[in-house]
Amino acid sequence: MQDEMIRITRKVEFSAAHFYHNPSLSVEENRRVFGKSNNPHGHGHNYVLEVTVAGEPDADTGMVLDLKELKEILQREVVDRMDHRHLNYEVPELAGQIPTCENIAAVIWDLLEPKIRQGRLDRVRLYESPDLFAECTADGAAPGGRGKEADRE
Amino acid sequence: MKISLGRRYHFAASHRLHNPKWSTEVNRELYGKCNSPHGHGHNYVLEVAFTGPVATETGMIANLKELDPFVEREVIEAFDHKYLNEEVPEFRSVVPTTENLAREVFRRLRDFPGAKLQRVRIEETSKNSFEFLGEDAGSYRHGRRSQISGEKQVPHPHPQEPRLGSG
Repeated sequence: MQDEMIRITRKVEFSAAHFYHNPSLSVEENRRVFGKSNNPHGHGHNYVLEVTVAGEPDADTGMVLDLKELKEILQREVVDRMDHRHLNYEVPELAGQIPTCENIAAVIWDLLEPKIRQGRLDRVRLYESPDLFAECTADGAAPGGRGKEADRE
Repeated sequence: MKISLGRRYHFAASHRLHNPKWSTEVNRELYGKCNSPHGHGHNYVLEVAFTGPVATETGMIANLKELDPFVEREVIEAFDHKYLNEEVPEFRSVVPTTENLAREVFRRLRDFPGAKLQRVRIEETSKNSFEFLGEDAGSYRHGRRSQISGEKQVPHPHPQEPRLGSG
């Protein structure tokens, strides 16, 4: 992180349904691995998404990235895609993946990263509940992890 | 891009900050209200983060069906509704500050199979949190929530405070 780097964070919420099921596993194995989350009728969460962009404030505007623009990006790329949807069936970017918090966060990262043109995407933290979240951070970013980490598969 | 899984747990416990090698007056001066002889309690919030590959088969870094019982067994059962100074053996010789608590929790959770413990963060109150990134990273972070500017990092309020024991 450079000295002049500022990190700005915007939060949005969306509600969606999902369930966990791996078709290559048996019914019993799915039940054993995923427990309640394997219920084929699905269940839902109020997801809370925090997105952080890092950069140096523009000399004229004083902004890293206009929060209004970030809000519009989040609405278009995430909320419009996922809010009040069934993540197993209605989000093509998640097709073939189990819609865990980890995988959803990674999909959101991949959706947002090319859209952030001022500053750079620094962190995506997705809360499935107040007590469970997945976090994606830019390589070399300061937050959370300075320990050794494995890259996402 | 790196990815981690965060999980929060809750426990309530009492403690007293007191170092027997110092006088009553020194303890009182250093620890203030926290030195009150009969102890006091907090609703602690424990936040842990693990890293590792997201398994294709499960979509997970760590399965909560395995992580939750592990944390329950290693930490929650040992600390919840306990007097830390006397009922957790490690704190008979180490002052149970939340710094030391974070380090002890890290030690207890670092061997979770299948994912790497990245950090332990404990909220002692809604205004105080302590984060330990492991001996490798070699650092604590202490956060105090400011009523004016929101959460920010500030130096430890007692930089000269001795570190007691090795955790």
